[in-house]
Amino acid sequence: MNKNLLNFIATLVLALLLSLFLPWWSIMTAALATALFIPLKKAAVFFVPFLAILLFWAVYSLMLSSGNDYTLAKRIAVLLSLGGNPYALMLVTGIIGGLAAGIAAILGKQLSLVLSKN
Amino acid sequence: MKYTKLLLSFLLTIGIFFVLNTKLGDIPPLGKFLNPQSGIWQNETDEAISGEISIPGLEENVTVHYDEQLIPHVFAQNESDLYKAQGYLTAKHRLWQLEFQTFAAAGRLSEIIGEGALNYDRTERRRGMGYGADQAIAYMEQHDTQTLGFIQDYADGVNAYIDQLSPENYPVEYKLLDYTPEKWTPKKTALLLMYMTKMLAGGDEDLEYTNALRLFGKENFDLLFPDFFDVNDPIIPKETDWSFIDVPQTPHPNADVVLDSISETIEKPNPDNGSNNWAVSGEKSATGHPILANDPHLGLNLPAIWFVMQLSAPNHNAMGATIPGALGVISGFNQHIAWGETNATRDVIDWYKIEFNKDRTQYKYDGQWKDLTIRVEDIKIKGKESFKDSVLYTHHGPVVYDQNFMSDEELVGYAMKWIGHEGGNNQKTFLELNKAKNYDDYVSALKYWNAPAQNFVFASTEGDIALWIQGKFPNKWEGQGKFLMDGSNPDNDWQGYIPQEFNAKVKNPERGFVSSANQHPVDDNYPFFVYNDGYETYRNRVINDFFKSKAKFSVQDFKDLHNNNYNLKAAELVPYMLEHMDTSSLTAEEKAIYNEIKAWEFNNDIDEVGPSIWRQWYGKLYNMVWDEFEVEDTALEKPFAYQTIYLLKNHGEHEFMDIVETDDKETAKNLFLLAFKKAAERLLEIKNEEGDYTWANYKGTYAGHLLRGLPAFSRFDIPIGGDRNIVNATSENHGPSWRMIVEMTTPPTAIGIYPGGQSGNPGSKYYDNFIDDWAEGKYHSLNFLQSNEAIEAIIGTQTLTPAHNE
Repeated sequence: MNKNLLNFIATLVLALLLSLFLPWWSIMTAALATALFIPLKKAAVFFVPFLAILLFWAVYSLMLSSGNDYTLAKRIAVLLSLGGNPYALMLVTGIIGGLAAGIAAILGKQLSLVLSKN
Repeated sequence: MKYTKLLLSFLLTIGIFFVLNTKLGDIPPLGKFLNPQSGIWQNETDEAISGEISIPGLEENVTVHYDEQLIPHVFAQNESDLYKAQGYLTAKHRLWQLEFQTFAAAGRLSEIIGEGALNYDRTERRRGMGYGADQAIAYMEQHDTQTLGFIQDYADGVNAYIDQLSPENYPVEYKLLDYTPEKWTPKKTALLLMYMTKMLAGGDEDLEYTNALRLFGKENFDLLFPDFFDVNDPIIPKETDWSFIDVPQTPHPNADVVLDSISETIEKPNPDNGSNNWAVSGEKSATGHPILANDPHLGLNLPAIWFVMQLSAPNHNAMGATIPGALGVISGFNQHIAWGETNATRDVIDWYKIEFNKDRTQYKYDGQWKDLTIRVEDIKIKGKESFKDSVLYTHHGPVVYDQNFMSDEELVGYAMKWIGHEGGNNQKTFLELNKAKNYDDYVSALKYWNAPAQNFVFASTEGDIALWIQGKFPNKWEGQGKFLMDGSNPDNDWQGYIPQEFNAKVKNPERGFVSSANQHPVDDNYPFFVYNDGYETYRNRVINDFFKSKAKFSVQDFKDLHNNNYNLKAAELVPYMLEHMDTSSLTAEEKAIYNEIKAWEFNNDIDEVGPSIWRQWYGKLYNMVWDEFEVEDTALEKPFAYQTIYLLKNHGEHEFMDIVETDDKETAKNLFLLAFKKAAERLLEIKNEEGDYTWANYKGTYAGHLLRGLPAFSRFDIPIGGDRNIVNATSENHGPSWRMIVEMTTPPTAIGIYPGGQSGNPGSKYYDNFIDDWAEGKYHSLNFLQSNEAIEAIIGTQTLTPAHNE
């Protein structure tokens, strides 16, 4: 299997599992761990976990919000100056999670490089 | 190189974690806040209204039926369980508000908001809010452990909810401000009651009046601030015979007034805090049953101040509006009686000038030095070191103003004497009212009530109507406490209290109705000293005229009166101004506005322009008349609207009419024109900016979120008429916060509504779902269940069961 896809799926699954008992930074832990064990190259190091977590958080928030007519999402989207658009808020949610995961993955990658050379 | 990269990426990771995990300024910790597993997305839900919940400390099962308005109908098998359930359910639907209000009461907002709230917190501490709550608890510990026990039950219920709550389910405001709920205690209930006392009996003008007396002289002062206006339609009818009162007013000691200059004073509650209530007797009712109504006028906030519940135990069954933090129903009914409150303003705050000794450990009293006590207020500040404020206490009360606060005088301070510091057992009044079966029970329930003094309206299925003005009132000498007093002279102390049975009251009056709208409680025949303490002069006359206008009244008449937009204040001045104003210099545009207000019939309906013109015109006029009150570094309060209008019409040539900064000598008639032209200028600007100045648009009524009116959690542009001084007292952000009408059938039939919703969660459809109906003047019927059985109106039933420790 393509390594990128493998990392993507592993990040997603691990993030899901860790989120059951760790706080919000479980996604950083997941991305760091997968970067250690399934190292990727160049931009993919950041973007694969970025997209995995973006997808995870955006879809999860969509699921929670759609059943409630986006009542709170609309308000929070006013609070955060997103023009009251709930979908923009989901995207921002995804990007924030993705960013944190992507950066943690870079650390994982660097860590894997140091460990493998020793 | 690779270690550099490792270090860099490590720092970057720590950096992003820190940024997303920390509240930065007003921005919440975005990672915590937005993540779907524990952030705000978890709040995208309504509260559960079915199933079983086990609660520690409960003795028996408690059934909670929810109707489609999310009103819980609580059936407990004993009182202790009932108040546990009330605490639990209030926390479940309103936890953040419940806690926030007591933080605000205690002067602890800096703890959650940060340094910006420090001044507010210091003010509340110096006002003695925590001290007053301590006195109330001490009183109950000594005199009424039963009530204190119920307050503990309520606390246990709140804490049962908090203990079950996992962080992902914290109300959204906790996530926004990044803090966690703390344990509820009985003291918090006492603080909430202090908060109400401050809101309704925390205002006074003594220091402002002192400045006015010094600046303008006694003759002017008495003209501007008379003890009684020339019209007075008091709460207790004028013809009342007071000869049964055998305790005299305290004789005047001839004490001197202290004419100090005070530059600024602490923030006061909104002077519009007031209410309407009334009841008609069976003979005056279209159906033969007495009918009672109440609508308290308070700030329009979300979550709303009220939470409607039915609270039932084997010996009683009550329903109506509760306040998160207080036990029982506050404005409501049970199977036998209905009751409601309006504020009975009275001067229960006085100020004393205090002279300290050199090291500020003692103060002068009765020719000797008396010890001060010190209460150290430790104000915690989010992200900063605590602020410690030492507040000095005299036998009068706390020294609010001294060299550490709003004053720079080293050896002089100003101490506050406030009924709110006296301790008392207010909670008991509500618990007893909830159980009362008749007039006698109502009267004995009221005896416990000290402050804020309220006009308690009453009606019973037995056919009685009544109204007591209940509070603990000092028996003052003529003029006592209108101005700053010398704190070293014992004659200036409160010499005693008016015996409770001599409080003004009326039962089954001949006129067939009782009413109150924050007006003068009595006329000047009442044998104790009462003077104008900001009494309302318009709503009461509209209400009383309405009830004198015909023989019988129905529930529909009550609804119409709640929603009555007649502007008596404008009606008493506008025709006079139109008649006496020289219109020859008006431009075409001004003339058009002139014609608009001329055509107005004084109803503040949403599509009228008259109310907006009136607001602008009167507002400009008022400020022109009282330009003498714009004195730098001097706390002053301008005269009341009623007296202003009286002077404009009867003393139009008085020196106060002159605008000081012009060379001309203006009279009232000149001011009418000058103010009109300024008002027209502003109205045309509004028209340019917003298209029109119809009343709904001009007023823009809104319900602001409790946290600094956060727009995201508020409702704007609510289309409702009315204004202050109108029976429908809805101004921009203030108005009828609960409207209730109860017909005394057996059992009573009631309707009610408030501008908000039962849920405190901005993510719930029940957060603000009453607002549209409220604005339209609609009501919801209150389903008063007679037994623990789910009727058709019930959409969910939850059982609270005792948690057994295995």
